[in-house]
Amino acid sequence: MSHTTPSAANDAPRTGPWRSLEERAARVAGSEFEHSHAHEHEHDQHAAPRPSNALLSSVEVARRDFLRLMGSSLAAAGAAACTRQPDERIHAYGASPEALIPGKPLYFATAMPWASGALGLLVESHMGRPTKVEGNPDHPASLGATDAFAQASVLELYDPTRAQLVRRNGAISTWSAFLDEFSALLEAQRASGGAGLHILTPTVVSPTLHAQLVALLKAYPSAVWTQWSAHNRDRARAGALAALGGDVAVHPDLSRTKVVLSLDDDFLAGPGGVRNMRAFAAARRARRDTQSMLRLYCVESSVSITGAAADHRLPARPSVLAAVAARIAAKVGVATNALPLAPEHERWADAVAADLLAHRGECAVLVGLEQSPEIHALAHAVNHALGAVGQTLRYTEPVECASVDQGAELRALVGELQGGRVELLVVLEGNPVYDAPADLGLREAFTKARVRVALSLFDNETTQLSNWHVPATHFLESWSDARAFDGTISIVQPLIAPLYGGKSAHELVAVMAGAPNAKAYELVRAHWQAQHEDDDFESAWKRSLHDGLLAGKRFFARSVAMANAAPKLSTPAAEGLEWVLRTDDSAYDGRFAANAWLQECPRPLTKLTWDNAVLIGVATAERAGLSSGDVVALTIDGSRLEAPVWVTPGHAEDCLTLPLGYGRTTAGPIGTGVGFDAYVFTRRSGAWSGVGAKLERLERKHEFAPAQEHHDMERRDLVRTLPLGALDSAKVHPALAHGETSLYPPHAYNGVAFGMVIDLNSCIGCNACVIACQSENSIPVVGKEEVINGREMHWLRIDRYYEGDPSDPRVLLQPVPCMHCEAAPCEVVCPVGATTHSPEGLNEMTYNRCVGTRYCSNNCPYKVRRFNFLAYADLETESLKLQRNPDVTVRTRGVMEKCTYCVQRIQEKRIGARREGREVGGDEIVTACQQVCPAQAITFGDINNPQSAVSKLRSEPHHYGLLEELNTKPRTTYLAKASAPNPQLAEGKGEAK
Amino acid sequence: MAQIFHPSTNTLSKVSIFGGVFFVFGALWLASEINRSSYVTQAGVVRAQPVAFGHKHHVAGLGIDCRYCHTSVEEAAFAGIPSTKTCMTCHSQIWTEAPMLEPVRAAFREDASIPWTRVHDLPDFAYFDHSIHLAKGIGCQSCHGQVDQMPLAWREHSLNMEWCLSCHREPEKYVRPPSEVFNMNYVPERPQSELGPELVRQLHIEGRTNCSACHR
Repeated sequence: MSHTTPSAANDAPRTGPWRSLEERAARVAGSEFEHSHAHEHEHDQHAAPRPSNALLSSVEVARRDFLRLMGSSLAAAGAAACTRQPDERIHAYGASPEALIPGKPLYFATAMPWASGALGLLVESHMGRPTKVEGNPDHPASLGATDAFAQASVLELYDPTRAQLVRRNGAISTWSAFLDEFSALLEAQRASGGAGLHILTPTVVSPTLHAQLVALLKAYPSAVWTQWSAHNRDRARAGALAALGGDVAVHPDLSRTKVVLSLDDDFLAGPGGVRNMRAFAAARRARRDTQSMLRLYCVESSVSITGAAADHRLPARPSVLAAVAARIAAKVGVATNALPLAPEHERWADAVAADLLAHRGECAVLVGLEQSPEIHALAHAVNHALGAVGQTLRYTEPVECASVDQGAELRALVGELQGGRVELLVVLEGNPVYDAPADLGLREAFTKARVRVALSLFDNETTQLSNWHVPATHFLESWSDARAFDGTISIVQPLIAPLYGGKSAHELVAVMAGAPNAKAYELVRAHWQAQHEDDDFESAWKRSLHDGLLAGKRFFARSVAMANAAPKLSTPAAEGLEWVLRTDDSAYDGRFAANAWLQECPRPLTKLTWDNAVLIGVATAERAGLSSGDVVALTIDGSRLEAPVWVTPGHAEDCLTLPLGYGRTTAGPIGTGVGFDAYVFTRRSGAWSGVGAKLERLERKHEFAPAQEHHDMERRDLVRTLPLGALDSAKVHPALAHGETSLYPPHAYNGVAFGMVIDLNSCIGCNACVIACQSENSIPVVGKEEVINGREMHWLRIDRYYEGDPSDPRVLLQPVPCMHCEAAPCEVVCPVGATTHSPEGLNEMTYNRCVGTRYCSNNCPYKVRRFNFLAYADLETESLKLQRNPDVTVRTRGVMEKCTYCVQRIQEKRIGARREGREVGGDEIVTACQQVCPAQAITFGDINNPQSAVSKLRSEPHHYGLLEELNTKPRTTYLAKASAPNPQLAEGKGEAK
Repeated sequence: MAQIFHPSTNTLSKVSIFGGVFFVFGALWLASEINRSSYVTQAGVVRAQPVAFGHKHHVAGLGIDCRYCHTSVEEAAFAGIPSTKTCMTCHSQIWTEAPMLEPVRAAFREDASIPWTRVHDLPDFAYFDHSIHLAKGIGCQSCHGQVDQMPLAWREHSLNMEWCLSCHREPEKYVRPPSEVFNMNYVPERPQSELGPELVRQLHIEGRTNCSACHR
């Protein structure tokens, strides 16, 4: 690495895995990170709140008043115990709905639409209210799993800040008033063939909407339809056109791949990553007899979960990445120009090229959407040269219904706007005023359209500048359809009637086509009925609603040859720092900025919550005298922004990452003003990276809310990595040699005994389980201030450790739920018996008994217990009540809570099995985190049943328990991460620990 | 120096010390008695309903099975409350003009809910499942009492946790053959002390008393 600090490599043995740069520094300095020191840094949940915690410190109580208050509240509590329960009503159905059994959930297939294709879902519905999202096992993009975004979509549905009324210039209006004015405007357009009519949509993947728009453009031949999504395929499309002569989408088949090179492609993240993660984890599964596994090389500027999962990751700023790509291309026989490259990067590129050549036809080169068209074109040439096309990569038509250069279309629209030629602009969802390239001036030009109509789920930057704001329907409350990445058609089926009388894009387009009363259901159904070939449409339609997809609608693989020679790459005249823009792991392109679950979910690698930050490499920060939290003035191409930096181990040096999606000015109480808006650096060229960033340090600090040092397990041998082929080398922990002793009698587990195994080799750290747990168990969010106090409530956390050189560390991720210890330290210290042991080994938490002593949490070595210091759950807002899982108790202030192994799911299956007169099967119960995991890293079941999957995993040689030496006998255990590095690159990197 | 306290003060102080102790225990005893009283538990209190539905008439008089109305009792946690349409299957034919049934007819006409008052209402942190109790041979009558003799329904038992546990700890005292669970006039063929333990073995009854059996 070019910026390795000289001593760094030698420090590794002394430091072991570390969680933050501060922790590492303390260890290198010789301090053993003793308790005294540790607790200065520690943001443990139980540390005293900071003085700035206004809620607590503003109350000053004298001792006598305190005693008086305590006395009267004790008396009040006693009196309350004698009150009787208020009467409750049961509202009987008029006529019982078909198939519904009160108290039993129903599941309906639907799909979450994305520009990159729909993600098929099964949504749990409790008497008409969707409460939990699961993946649809039959859907090719989901395979039964989902990502964190899909999990959080149910909160978006019930968000009380959603737009609820039709508004005209901000004032409350009605749908009929809108219809009157809109119809008159359209009538005026009809005469001119729609010369002043412009429709702006995000990328359309709904065939019905596409057909509606095409038909509309026939009625208004001069009208223009523009598509714009900020994270679009423009660069990939241009690359494919240049290399292959046509736009195609590239789909890797990781099950047939031995070696993958990712050129800054975060292919494991986001909605498209779900299926890739499944295949990737399967191709890397390390078991007793595993001889080899898929090897991943990753060159990236920023830090991503894909990079963290790579065997060999090269942090490289964009210009270095281009040079590495060119070198690899040349080595595999693609004629391209060489770019200057440092010797160690040359060595890396040569080793990768040799590995790719050794796996001709079994390797693939993947390129991120953010990369330039030249890199995309080059990768097509490389993949052809390596025989990957048709073997490990499949070309199909792109998922968009109409593949266009979105940047060019948007530029044309702005031109029209600036020329004052737009009479009526209809924005069908999306938020172009916020996410259009900054230098395009859409924000200024937008208001030059005479009438602006925006259809939107929320009040946002675009609706603020619109004359009419029509509330949109959420995908869980409207009919639609959507193509998946491979062309599979999913019907988007509503789970609930529109909460606020919203309209879907289908309905608004139907209004424009002169059918103001058309319902989305009829439009979608009619579209597919017209395409149906044989006469029995009804049963095919019902089948597709049940399955969540229409049979036989996949894209055919296209065989495409190289049309042009590989492009010549150029390096920009380097001056100043390079920069890259990235979508955010929580806010994505800004659309989820108002989602509290996602905001509070620690970002996979930085572990930041409620913020974005300018990510900067360790050595670069050191040179600039910056540390995390320092606010800098950032100038790129004339645009200036003040933003805080976060020093990120593993980030490419001389480069900055600017996460998009924050700094929203109109995103409700949750999202407004959180972070900074990196869209100011977007340009009409569509580039997602560039050079010439200038940093100027301001004498100001920003307070971040990182979760990375919370819940400290005091640096022991927590996360293990073993070389593949030597998986049994750490079978017995030395500390266990003294045998097991306990003061307490052991429990007997005669029947079922529940246990969980988490495969660290499969876990990518995507956070889907964290949000799934939050959704399943009605876990509240606490807000930034309380996260800073270390009081986040997530029952399942993902610990992130670094190992080795801070400029290029190995990243280790470890999900930590409750361990459900057989000899649980928490149980023996509870003075009121609120945490107890079940006959199956569950460590039970009984909320109604808990008096909040917090002894259990203090005695928990894993720090998995969470205390409601304040009444975090919003128990008042009506719409949020609908979201809660009715099978889980709602907790309030003063109560401890923690992972229950989804005891409600256990009871449901157990009762079902015992009703049938049998014991519950070894693999029958599926926890929420297990069900959502795209990588299938989590296995749950009966450890007393030798046939169960979890028992088999427990007999693997690399199976271990966390802090086993404490004799807590945890039921949640782990499979060590396996490593199989390229021997040519392995030495000196601490890979084969 | 004159004596400040009269000798009777000794008695007074003794009485007040012991009285105080008795008062504290008395107050605790009173609180626990109030907690078990039907004032708090509502056991034995007839509940007013929007329609004066008589279980006695429908069950004992007409011989309608529990499951005709409480349809999900064998397969779900919740026994189910009949929809208005269920009432109207009969009452569209008989007693069609009865003024007493006007709220039912009105609800049916307007497709509205009848807001019944819940008679058996557990706290929200307790999760009871009807289906497993029936499958394991606990009759309706064991918890709900002689429903066929109730003109308007009341809660037979306190539904306190100690009451739940009294059976969970000794299920053999209450269990009956699963075929008899809906029988309101069940009499064991053999002495319960003999039949009970046999059924507990046969049906693999655990009588779970761990917390997560009911609290999630």
